[in-house]
Amino acid sequence: MLDTKDRQLLEHVQLGLPVCQRPYAEIGRLCDMPETEVIERLTRLKQQGLIKRMGVIVKHRQLGYRANAMIVWNVPDNLIKQLGGHISRFPFVTLCYQRPRQPEWPYNLYCMIHGKDRATVLNQLEQLVDACGLSSFDKEILFSNRCFKQRGAIYRNTALAHG
Amino acid sequence: MDDIDKQIINALQDGFPICDAPYQQVAAHLGLTEQDLITRLKALLDNGTLTRFGPLYNAEQMGGALTLAAVKAPTERYDEIAEIINSFPEVAHNYARSHELNMWIVLATQTPDQIQQTIGAIEKLTGLTVYNMPKNKEYFVNLKLEA
Repeated sequence: MLDTKDRQLLEHVQLGLPVCQRPYAEIGRLCDMPETEVIERLTRLKQQGLIKRMGVIVKHRQLGYRANAMIVWNVPDNLIKQLGGHISRFPFVTLCYQRPRQPEWPYNLYCMIHGKDRATVLNQLEQLVDACGLSSFDKEILFSNRCFKQRGAIYRNTALAHG
Repeated sequence: MDDIDKQIINALQDGFPICDAPYQQVAAHLGLTEQDLITRLKALLDNGTLTRFGPLYNAEQMGGALTLAAVKAPTERYDEIAEIINSFPEVAHNYARSHELNMWIVLATQTPDQIQQTIGAIEKLTGLTVYNMPKNKEYFVNLKLEA
């Protein structure tokens, strides 16, 4: 699916888009590609879903989102798809995943809520529980205390070769 | 950060056009000049309000792999364990959480095999069991934090 030029392009834009009038022309200059080709290729990679989204990645804490809770539920397998779909539609839910249960860890549905403080997050969680009918399922709320490390994934050319 | 900065952050979380003059297009939408948008965006990146501006890739489609994992780190060894774990370049995130499973990490590797290798190496160096919780399914969310 990816050719050499796609890989080269993805490697150049991964650390960020240039902030100047013609950012794609600037990338083209770095990759030795005309601006139109950069635009065509990036448009296609976005349509194919390889680029999930373009835009800004914010630091939660800088925007005042200091409370971050991971909520895990143990829900019946036959309801998980419906519940996951419902939960993920709430604007304050920032991630929602189905994951395998583990020994001593029976939870299979995970979601994250980022909020300005814990009270707000707990309030939003209550709304979620009511609206989605989650009150009868076991859950745990794991607030984060400290963030030690946060970076984006880095891809090198070698990794892209497996794509 | 003033109201205009907030509008810029909110607008750019919704996406960024792929066309010859994308800043001009976004600026017009926000009622700003292209130069004003560029200057403000640069400042937000320089002062650390924004970490990154650009594409977010689908790791799996890129041939790489991601997983969420956790360990039960004894309180007296917490910092030591964090240091060992963070020394792995494969560790993209590390959060302390209030639970017996108190250290939660995201591993991002270039190939799927490296996930298991990294987990094995972490277990060996820390002497702890790593709980691996890879995703079975991701539910789409419109990720946006209102500034």
